[in-house]
Amino acid sequence: MEFSELIRTGRAQAKLLRGPEAPPLRGTLCVTGHHLLLSPGPQATSDLWLLLLRRVDSIQKRVSGDSGTITLRCKDLRVLQLDIEGVEATLDIARSIEALSSLESVITSFPFFYRPKGLRLGDAWHFHPPERYYKRVARETNAWRLSEVNGDFSLCPSYPRAVIVPRAVDDDALARCARFRQGGRFPVLSYHHAPSGTVLLRSSQPLTGPQKRRCAEDEELLRAVLAGARPGARGFVLDTRSAQAAKQARVTGGGTEAKAAYPGWKRLHRPLERGWPLQESFVRLVEACGDLEQSMDRWLSQPEACHWLAHVKEALSTAYLAAQGVGREGACVLVHGAEGTDSTLLVTSLAQLILDPSSRTIAGFQELVEREWIQAGHPFQLRCAHSAFSHARPKHEAPTFLLFLDCVWQLGRQFPQSLEFGEGLLLALFEHAYASPFGTFLCSSEKERCLCEVRTRTHSLWSGLNQPKEQRKLRNPLYVPNPLAIWPSVELQTLRLWQGLFLRWIRPPEPSEVAWEKVWQIVTDKKTEGCEPTVSASEPQL
Amino acid sequence: MEHIRTTKVEQVKLLDRFSTSNKSLTGTLYLTATHLLFIDSHQKETWILHHHIALVEKLALTTSGCPLVIQCKNFRIVHFIVPRERDCHDIYNSLLQLSKQAKYEDLYAFSYNPKQNDSERLQGWQLIDLAEEYKRMGVPNSNWQLSDANREYKAAICRCSQPLSGFSARCLEDEHLLQAISKANPVNRYMYVMDTRPKLNAMANRAAGKGYENEDNYSNIRFQFVGIENIHVMRSSLQKLLEVNGTKGLSVSDFYSGLESSGWLRHIKAVMDAAIFLAKAIMVENASVLVHCSDGWDRTSQVCSLGSLLLDSYYRTIKGFMVLIEKDWISFGHKFSERCGHLDGDPKEVSPVFTQFLECVWHLTEQFPQDFEFNEAFLLQIHEHIHSCQFGNFLGNCQKEREELKLKEKTYSLWPFLLDDQKKYLNPLYSSKSPKFAVLEPNTVSFSFKFWRNMYHQFDRTLHPRQSVFNIIMNMNEQNKQLEKDIKDLESKIKQRKNKQTDEILTKELLHSVHPESPTLKTSLCFKEQTLLPVNHALRTIEGSNPADNRYSEYAEEFSKSEPGVVSLEYGVARMTC
Repeated sequence: MEFSELIRTGRAQAKLLRGPEAPPLRGTLCVTGHHLLLSPGPQATSDLWLLLLRRVDSIQKRVSGDSGTITLRCKDLRVLQLDIEGVEATLDIARSIEALSSLESVITSFPFFYRPKGLRLGDAWHFHPPERYYKRVARETNAWRLSEVNGDFSLCPSYPRAVIVPRAVDDDALARCARFRQGGRFPVLSYHHAPSGTVLLRSSQPLTGPQKRRCAEDEELLRAVLAGARPGARGFVLDTRSAQAAKQARVTGGGTEAKAAYPGWKRLHRPLERGWPLQESFVRLVEACGDLEQSMDRWLSQPEACHWLAHVKEALSTAYLAAQGVGREGACVLVHGAEGTDSTLLVTSLAQLILDPSSRTIAGFQELVEREWIQAGHPFQLRCAHSAFSHARPKHEAPTFLLFLDCVWQLGRQFPQSLEFGEGLLLALFEHAYASPFGTFLCSSEKERCLCEVRTRTHSLWSGLNQPKEQRKLRNPLYVPNPLAIWPSVELQTLRLWQGLFLRWIRPPEPSEVAWEKVWQIVTDKKTEGCEPTVSASEPQL
Repeated sequence: MEHIRTTKVEQVKLLDRFSTSNKSLTGTLYLTATHLLFIDSHQKETWILHHHIALVEKLALTTSGCPLVIQCKNFRIVHFIVPRERDCHDIYNSLLQLSKQAKYEDLYAFSYNPKQNDSERLQGWQLIDLAEEYKRMGVPNSNWQLSDANREYKAAICRCSQPLSGFSARCLEDEHLLQAISKANPVNRYMYVMDTRPKLNAMANRAAGKGYENEDNYSNIRFQFVGIENIHVMRSSLQKLLEVNGTKGLSVSDFYSGLESSGWLRHIKAVMDAAIFLAKAIMVENASVLVHCSDGWDRTSQVCSLGSLLLDSYYRTIKGFMVLIEKDWISFGHKFSERCGHLDGDPKEVSPVFTQFLECVWHLTEQFPQDFEFNEAFLLQIHEHIHSCQFGNFLGNCQKEREELKLKEKTYSLWPFLLDDQKKYLNPLYSSKSPKFAVLEPNTVSFSFKFWRNMYHQFDRTLHPRQSVFNIIMNMNEQNKQLEKDIKDLESKIKQRKNKQTDEILTKELLHSVHPESPTLKTSLCFKEQTLLPVNHALRTIEGSNPADNRYSEYAEEFSKSEPGVVSLEYGVARMTC
């Protein structure tokens, strides 16, 4: 298929309005295969304006007289307005954008064409494979091994080729475990907590079904986990569904671990919202944020804003619980819901952030996202197909990853010195997860990524972000390594709406941004002044 | 002291109302003439001033003892469990008596002694001088006699109470005064009259022979209602707010619907909107504005002082803010003693009008992080002291009463103490370079109003961020300044040395001068380590499980720690014996 078939009008004269703060831009509008361009006239000094078409979430057109208006609502929550000369041109451009922004094919997407200067293909793709994490675990304990049983993705299509499993369990047993778990997601190591010698595991639900089937290998695997941990360790299965929902899942072949079958393991239910209700809260919240005219009472009584914060609270407190089990009670914790690709990952990744100081560095956090979200098989392609503005009936969309980023932001607010990265990195990850020139968030699993040759044919977001020029945006100037666990408060009085994201394009940002600049200045001042006294003091000896 | 029966109770438990684990601290409770003191087993002290106590409750006896709940005006709530009911009863009765004084002379300010002599005290009172302030504003000038603010815009903020107009009454002199005000403004012919009440209330007042100006009777006035509710509405609104956020384990929707039904943020927004209207009339239209409500000492004070804060950057400095409070609140007769319930009086006169003003200022500091010289701690400390009755500034209900009480002879002024501690209250991000009359234009879209956790939960440690950006930056700023000073010291030493070297040619001398160099180097290095320490130290105390460190408790501690020097336990005991 050629892009040119979808482009109806090459160009038109247009005026672009980018919200209340930025001045309007005038120039020639042009649709290309992947971008919308606005090139100002030759007399203008400003550069070309460029929008990745995949970033468009919904498009609205209106014509009156001999001109038209297109409103573009983007996945990063920005709203743009284009005033275009000519009715025909308006309709054509609208149709072209509509068609090009909703292309489903992965291999014709922009990351496969993006070749930025200064980056080499293949760079940074091998920064964070499971092997790397295994090296660290192997230094801490001997109870785990790296298994390549999933080398051809036949056991579990959503797992990476290599996974970390108990040393005592062989590959054949793993294959049988995989058949007993939904989607083949047998229990694997998520995080080894060296100080207490216990672990965090994740999986999908066991397929007990109405007959309450059992699987000896699965039981053996969990027994081996306890045996490999510190002596006397107990286990908790943290189910992210309610007890009721877990029971009901038996009807469709799923279920949960029977108490009698897994001695030493205790089951806890902490229901987390997922799927459609989560997406709905997100959509409503964004709607509420866009309504500037509403009165104080309406704003406060918006159940939507409340719902989103309720999700944040639930996610953080469940992660708190998991981290508490591992870090304080010295227990092993297995987290799963149904598929084990959404709320499960939310809990395990947040728990690591609470417990593990190295995951709070920039490199460590990137590794965490790569390991616990991308390689762990969170279906980004499906979940992030649309953001909050789409009118299309959602099928698989859910802002689980955004919820994770929000929780991390809340942690950062409560511990402003303990995260090496600032809000900038979280905003960047949100943007790129929904639409990106980089290949990192493409596809829904490692298997698909291999089929599409994402790693050899696209650039990694990490190499893009780790360029020196990006650092100031991403770094937290106040960071001081903190070797302790960071236990957050989950009371409502402490949680806040993430204004930097939800109101990013709505409220005027200047004062707080200027203040942030000043913080940078104070911090960098300190570093340069810190070395000066010694320099001048040594002078007379020369 | 006749009210104190039991001075010391051991094995008392202190519960934390938001703690997730139901752990409690065990310690000893002391009752002094001025404070209730709890010392826990880690020797941590919690001081509660009797005047801060708003409500004492003795709950039903439980198996572990008798619960005693104390609610304070600074939003601290403590929950003690006293093992013996008799002790609990004694303490309860004493606190009932001690927290409600009948006479001004029994308030803390009259016994508070910071060990200053009379001239120091007098200097303290002269620190903030209003005549000076009017001079600064440029009045009186050819257009104005000493009456109120005037600026280079030539427009002015004026204030008064409601006219006693009823349905048809007129007052020619009043009409002339208003005309004179509007004529005093050479730029603009008309002026605004702002009635800060809701229109309905103002109309109801007409039946009682009061009311509002009739536009037909006054030439060139534009009349405007801004709809801020009265003190009774505000009091019950705050009560509702505290009820809601005092509940542990609230669901998200309960919390927000509670916040909404309290109406608190709506009232804050109304005050802010009124101040913005005022500032705009002056700034954009160059029109003078006359502000009034019913009596002219509550809503009028709020609106005039906030308006001034928006218009004039001087009031955004530490000293300027003190001047503003003296001018628009104290001297214009905001009834601090009644509104704060300093004495045992009519509970219907108590209202958080000044607290609302502070909250509005806090919202401004949040929106304009670089425009205020002071920080949140400064606002919290002022709030602490409007209720503490430790200083004379806020005692009494008007200037006349204050003079009769001879406050300047018998009590101390708060301001010099705050200025001495200035370092704690500085905003590290403040940039004084902004032009003098930079007008703030706050955003009053609903979502820019947030719940002020650090005020209403200032003593609930578990709810606060575990590390504070402000503290970090303040420390860094402090270090930067020290290092800069260090550089200067060393540079001047180098200069001296060089001069010496050129003056004295003797090699012996030269040798001597080289040697002392190393100690200086050493001291400068040690010094650096020292200054870096506080940051590291702060880090070491981050213990998520026991988040004992946050600046609010630190302030509370610092505040309470300064106390013992002043009123020691012996003091309380001594007064008891006599």
